[in-house]
Amino acid sequence: MTTASSAQLSPPRGEDIISQLKQAGVGIIVSVPDIVTSDGLLWPISTDPDFRLIRVCKEDEGVSICAALSYSNTRAVLLMQQTGLMDSLNAIRAIAMDYHQPVCMMVGLQGKAATETVAESASYGVRIIPPILDAMALKHIGIDSRDDATKISPAIDNAYRSGDALCFLVGQPPVFDRGRT
Amino acid sequence: MIQRDLALTALRSHVTPRDLVVAVYQSCFDWLALCPRDLNYVSTGAMGQASSHALGLALGSPDRQVIILDGDGSLLMNLGSLVTIGNVQPGKFLHLVFENGVYEVNGAHPIPGAGNVDFAGMAKAAGYKDATCFYDLAAFERALPELLASEGPVMAVLKTIPGKAYPRNYDYIHSEAARHRFRHALNDSRVNDA
Repeated sequence: MTTASSAQLSPPRGEDIISQLKQAGVGIIVSVPDIVTSDGLLWPISTDPDFRLIRVCKEDEGVSICAALSYSNTRAVLLMQQTGLMDSLNAIRAIAMDYHQPVCMMVGLQGKAATETVAESASYGVRIIPPILDAMALKHIGIDSRDDATKISPAIDNAYRSGDALCFLVGQPPVFDRGRT
Repeated sequence: MIQRDLALTALRSHVTPRDLVVAVYQSCFDWLALCPRDLNYVSTGAMGQASSHALGLALGSPDRQVIILDGDGSLLMNLGSLVTIGNVQPGKFLHLVFENGVYEVNGAHPIPGAGNVDFAGMAKAAGYKDATCFYDLAAFERALPELLASEGPVMAVLKTIPGKAYPRNYDYIHSEAARHRFRHALNDSRVNDA
């Protein structure tokens, strides 16, 4: 759950998140660009030879692509902004939840200040995300700090083992020390 | 105009056991009656998503031919997928669009722009290697071997009228059994092929 205050937390490191994705065996990233994760994740991923980046026009395409990839045991993550998550809710409802398929999503919370929690965010579009996911019984994990990155690989492993969909909520822009590559 | 079940019957003889067939709505129901097989992918979940599921399958199994039985109303809901597919360029990818001009299973209301939308033109503009429109069954039958042999992505738009009414078994296409059957066959075939 995304409840901890980010006021004193150091931001997540892009390198750590990428390392966790690789550790989990994720080889395909499906994405519509998200301003929160753009510099710290998507740009580095776009030049990382260990990933195949599939740029989609709309996020619900990614829900279907990730679900279909799971049939061949190919692990993927859909990287997007919460606006795209909201736009894809019916696809997630049907394909991930009704069909019980391991669609793994990483969602940047655009509009969330680093000093506020998700629940206390001044942004209506941010505040409503966890309750919506709860209503859908869709597991979500906050990535708000440097330490949170360690949750990623085990959670993805569990998702593919159990068939349960999963949503990481990235509450601070990840930093990428090497900068844009 | 092409009677849909006759077009599917023509296709049936060209589908090999390893091919992955992604089917939606009435084309799916017709196909399940005409060609029941384990590697029919029928659980597409949300309207319009067939092409995206098919791309996922193509990415996961690039050695297999993927055939989509899409509808015009469905494709209108996911036109961006044409650009995504055109960008990825899956090589064994035949996208059949059954264009009947209506939302057939939702009351047969006309689609927006019925009769005026150029799906083949849009596919080519989006990066498909080729796209052709068929108005009669004989021409489609003649073209099928080349359509399946061509480097993808390729689209064929069939101007369609309904044929025989096959039962609409929604429970099956949304069932865990359908997905399990496909998953098992996909992975079992790989073992057998090794």
